[in-house]
Amino acid sequence: MQRRFVSIWFRQLLADWQLIRRPELKDVPFVFAAPDHGRMMITAVCPIASDFGVEVGMRAADAKAICPGLEVLDDKQGRPKTLLKGLGEWCVRYSPIVAIDEFGMDGLLLDVSGCTHLWGGERGYLKEIVSRLKSKGYTVRLAIADTPGAAWAVSHYGKVTPLIPTGEQVDALLDLVPDALRLEETVLAKLRKLGFYQIKSFIGMPRSVLRRRFGEDFLLRLAQAIGTENEVLVPLQVPIPFSERLACLEPIKTRNGIEIAINKLLEKLCTRMQAEGKGLRTGVLTCYRIDGKVVRVDIGTSGATHSISHLFKLFQLKIDQIRPALGIELFVLDAPKVDDVEVPQEEMWTSAPGLDDKSVIRLLDRVAGKVGFQVIHRYLPATKYWPERSVQRAVSVTEKSVTTWRVNKPRPTELLKIPVPIEVMAIIPDHPPKFFIYKGVRHMVAKADGPERIEREWWLDQGEHRDYYQVEDEQGGRYWLFRSGHYGSDNKYKWFIHGFFA
Amino acid sequence: MLFQKLQQDILLWQGFKPVSAGKAERIGLGEIENSFPGSVFPKKAIHEFITVLPEHSAASDGFIAGLLAVLMENGAACVWASTSRRLFPASLSLFNVEPERIIFMDVETEKDVLWITEEALKCEGLAAVVAEVNNLSLIESRRLQLAVESSGVTGFILRKDENKTTSTVATARWRISPLPSHTEDGMPGLGFPRWQVELLKVRNGNPGSFVLEWAGEKFEEVKKAKKQIVWSEMEGRQIG
Repeated sequence: MQRRFVSIWFRQLLADWQLIRRPELKDVPFVFAAPDHGRMMITAVCPIASDFGVEVGMRAADAKAICPGLEVLDDKQGRPKTLLKGLGEWCVRYSPIVAIDEFGMDGLLLDVSGCTHLWGGERGYLKEIVSRLKSKGYTVRLAIADTPGAAWAVSHYGKVTPLIPTGEQVDALLDLVPDALRLEETVLAKLRKLGFYQIKSFIGMPRSVLRRRFGEDFLLRLAQAIGTENEVLVPLQVPIPFSERLACLEPIKTRNGIEIAINKLLEKLCTRMQAEGKGLRTGVLTCYRIDGKVVRVDIGTSGATHSISHLFKLFQLKIDQIRPALGIELFVLDAPKVDDVEVPQEEMWTSAPGLDDKSVIRLLDRVAGKVGFQVIHRYLPATKYWPERSVQRAVSVTEKSVTTWRVNKPRPTELLKIPVPIEVMAIIPDHPPKFFIYKGVRHMVAKADGPERIEREWWLDQGEHRDYYQVEDEQGGRYWLFRSGHYGSDNKYKWFIHGFFA
Repeated sequence: MLFQKLQQDILLWQGFKPVSAGKAERIGLGEIENSFPGSVFPKKAIHEFITVLPEHSAASDGFIAGLLAVLMENGAACVWASTSRRLFPASLSLFNVEPERIIFMDVETEKDVLWITEEALKCEGLAAVVAEVNNLSLIESRRLQLAVESSGVTGFILRKDENKTTSTVATARWRISPLPSHTEDGMPGLGFPRWQVELLKVRNGNPGSFVLEWAGEKFEEVKKAKKQIVWSEMEGRQIG
């Protein structure tokens, strides 16, 4: 389908906005000014003031001299952007893809491919937007063309018609000034100096010549306007393909009601997703309350799924967080992230149980939804000898280990996170302890194994090596002790307990 | 013959449903399995372990790991829920358990442990659930038992607090205490881990006390065990 774009230019965005807010300023000349290098520079001008010759970029003091009774209002950084964002969100009624014109910061760009026929063609479409915005109080200029660049150019500088038929954007551009191409001021000055007052005077020149004179950016803008280069609009609201809404006749206040609403929304959403072979990864339930507040809860799954019962259970855990207050009048269920569902082949016999078992995955989703994903751990062997680093956390449930678990050396069933210092009597040089005192209890060592020396990884951290002993006391308790460092060296050696054997 | 028949009839009247003959598998506990009704280790049940001292808890971990090796043989996963876990995953491979098939859930509160345990026990894809709790009330244990009965997942509860001797509906209550290991001909070093396995309570079965060893691959019962000082008999020791 031929793509069509509309450019909306708000000629006096800030002035119009101020007039809507304060109608009493209608007959008063006013300007917006912002401090710059210790003086007030004018950033926006109302129509009355511009009749007096006040322009953007003038000093406020100068303007006051030209225009008696001029009212200077404070401008705020980024105000046009917030205004455009609000207007853009309102314009979503005309097209799902609405972007802010980042170059001028005083307009909107709409991708209207396949939208205009709903308003009876392009002429009716433009008329509708103009009249609606005018009734709000904004004066706008519109143009529609095959490319955003051409639409922008015609809306700002066009003199003939705002409707540029398909494939004729080049003709429409020919008579316009180079400013219509959204170029930097330095490039424009250069063009004017060389006598290029219209686009037609340079559009036929070889690309290599233009690139050498005016740079790559110039060529890109030209190509975007005539349509040989694609221009991507950044939409204000990313349209969510999987979204369902449920408006309620009466405000919903009870848990039961919310459950029914969730169930109904899930039924609609899951049927659609199933038909398209998709599954939900993240879901957001937005509840619009009658007091104007919005409540949101979200869920996530570790694998794409369109099972209603499972998703409902995940939402059920979150219902406590929804505060209905006076009641909820609208539920919207969005699935911002969906994935393809892997439909497993139906097994003739019961499938082999394992980590990727469906019921296990669902259990993990529920735990992650209730307590949080960070509590779920799984460990894989690491190729390290240092006990604290010999296991590593698995990233996902299905991650496979690269190495095998080492079984040739004894490792304790319970490992203390931080080794605890103990008092020890041991024979020098490397005999196991005769006894040790841990938490005030003296353990007489009856049997012992070791030492097993484990060196510290010097490229990771500094410190002493450890000599591990596996000892058993007279009662049968089995412990993992170690001595950190050498005997007799300048730095002191120390004994620790690090674990308990089965 | 008549005696056995009578025994089975009594079990039936007591509400115990015998496992069908074809499914009766051994779990590798040898003589201990005869303590259970029908001489079958109850898999569809809650097993409670009293672990007061860290030595006890390490021994219980080892004993449970030995059981998990059999329960997880078919490739199923296991959930281990705790607030203060000290189990070292790398040691499980010594008990023939693949540590990567155990999903640890380290939560903040006891309440979450119980919630996770109940949810996990309802999950049929798991082989077993291990939960470390301080205390378990009658109501909580009954909820877990109900979850187990519908799914058939084995539940192991490690109870840290012995003093609160609340009655629970657990099928079996164990206490595993470490015993001095035995080495052949007085060789130096440590032998196989040896435990005093006390079966304090079995529903419809006979409690008893046994001496068991993890002989590298499987459990092995030590027949001629001398009376040793059992850990649990030492009182007044600080809880670690």
